Amino acid sequence: MSNLLEIKNLSVVISDDKRVLVNDVSFELKAGEAVGVVGESGSGKTLSALSILGLLARGLRIDSGEINFQGKDLLKLSTEEMREIRGNQIAMIYQDPMTALNPVMKIGDQLMEVLDSHEHEIADRKAHILNGLAAVGIADPDRAFDSYPHEFSGGMRQRVMIAMSLLLSPQLLIADEPTTALDVTIQRQILALVARERKRRQMSMLWITHDLGVVANLVDRVIVMYAGRVVEVGTVEEMFKAPKHPYTAGLLASLPAVGNNREKLASIPGVPPKPWQVINNCAFAPRCSSAKDICFSHRPELKNNQTGSVACFFPLGGAS
Amino acid sequence: MAFLKRLPSVLTTLFGISVFVFVVLRVIPGDTITSSLGIETGVLTPEQIESLRKYYGIDQPLIGQYLSWMSSFLSGDLGFSYSTGAPVWDLTKSALLVTMQLALFGTLLGVLIGISIGMFSARKPGSARDFLGQFFGLLALAIPGFVLSTTIVTVMANKFQYFPNGYEYMTPFEDLSMNLQQMLFPSLVLGIAVAAPIMRTTRSALLETVDKDFIRTAYGKGVKPRVVRLKHVLRNSLIPIVTMTGIQFGYLLGGAVIVEKIFALPGMGRQILDAINKREYATVQSSIMVFAILFVTINLITDWVYRKVDPRIK
Repeated sequence: MSNLLEIKNLSVVISDDKRVLVNDVSFELKAGEAVGVVGESGSGKTLSALSILGLLARGLRIDSGEINFQGKDLLKLSTEEMREIRGNQIAMIYQDPMTALNPVMKIGDQLMEVLDSHEHEIADRKAHILNGLAAVGIADPDRAFDSYPHEFSGGMRQRVMIAMSLLLSPQLLIADEPTTALDVTIQRQILALVARERKRRQMSMLWITHDLGVVANLVDRVIVMYAGRVVEVGTVEEMFKAPKHPYTAGLLASLPAVGNNREKLASIPGVPPKPWQVINNCAFAPRCSSAKDICFSHRPELKNNQTGSVACFFPLGGAS
Repeated sequence: MAFLKRLPSVLTTLFGISVFVFVVLRVIPGDTITSSLGIETGVLTPEQIESLRKYYGIDQPLIGQYLSWMSSFLSGDLGFSYSTGAPVWDLTKSALLVTMQLALFGTLLGVLIGISIGMFSARKPGSARDFLGQFFGLLALAIPGFVLSTTIVTVMANKFQYFPNGYEYMTPFEDLSMNLQQMLFPSLVLGIAVAAPIMRTTRSALLETVDKDFIRTAYGKGVKPRVVRLKHVLRNSLIPIVTMTGIQFGYLLGGAVIVEKIFALPGMGRQILDAINKREYATVQSSIMVFAILFVTINLITDWVYRKVDPRIK
């Protein structure tokens, strides 16, 4: 399989003081593949995703790197070329459906904007949108078309967002914790819905999440980020069976397991470093039980192994 | 429905204003007699003054005066002007047209200039263009209307020999072209004054909206930047802009007094000012009540516009 998306040495900084928030991040996504990007808040996972679409907030900018999509470096495209890709070839579902929709615009109009902004061969636009709304489980698409977002619940709004992102069948769908703001029961429905649509459309997907458990069944590979860097890459099976990085192992250990009656969940001691800290050693060392002197003086590079890659001097399971 | 809910507060406001105007007029020194006769009043015998007071109806206790004014006002009789004998309603009709036209044009110009410069400024906060826009805002805010008015009058009349307001005032129905020329400069003066606060409101509202999640969504959909700015950012910033415009429209009704005087427009402002000087109680009271009703109406319209602008407001 060829790579649909290749991110090479991406760094995102705060424009004013050049503090680094995403540091030398590289990974790729094959056509049709689903990859999970996992990490705590502030690990740089959302910023990496927003960088792909060129939607970084004011005050942040990409300092260096390449984002190759279908062989083109997105960072070298003009504003207009980038605009044509957004919503058309790459679409995104955002974290908070309560704020992601324009409150003063009818839902139908907001969906119509996607079709109005791009060239395509859809003849009956309204019918296409109504079909799209029905496909994501909106009971009365006609009514939804003429409704405003505030008339819908969070779960329903996220369904609308999903319908919106799928309108032009993008090759790549980025989901940035699309269920975090929703009730647990709704979470499952939304996850199942996105997974189903991905299969049906053979879409590539990037799942951003802080919860390894959420994506376990949905992705082929997992990228673990910590303090703005990639610390481990591997297949889901391998990572659940034998995590290499102590941080990944910690994340897995902190997952609540069904039928596990331990009273207290395991947690990783300490807190992640703040984004403004300049770290020249292993960023995880202060929280790591197997850290040795070298971990505090040098930074481990991301090294390939049989099943993936890991940035650790003393990876678990021995083999490096 | 929403209007009915507001009705009690609207009526209370109008009642408050009527009492306030009535009292203030009587608290300022002098009355109809002294202002019409001047120092000659001193020559009158107490009996003569008494009979004049009786004639004008100001010998009655204040409550009685207020009630008789209110009852005739409510039945549509605004009273008479002492100096000309004309019914106040007849004077008000034509004066109101002038002031409304002036306020409307002024607001329109103000909104147009204010929103444009606000958008111009907000495009790049902290940049040279933002500085330029904000400088205009401060300047427009700092220059008093009478300074701008007299400057325009002086420059246009002296340097360019163009001064349409020197001719007799024409209503739009008599001579539209002349009317528009006569309205141009006064509307511009009012418009610039109104543009400043609207510009500042627009700028800050836009800057707040730009960082909202749904703006990112709009860009993420591939919507053209110009369309995002107009349909998403500006549209969502309209509430504070509408509020400010409503307030400024009210201000215009008041600001028109000075501008009407300088540009010799026979509007409400001039009518009230002249009436105050002559202590024509009926004219002042009734004219101000008409103003107040107008102001309250503007507020109700503003509320109605809110609902049009933001579907979440019920």
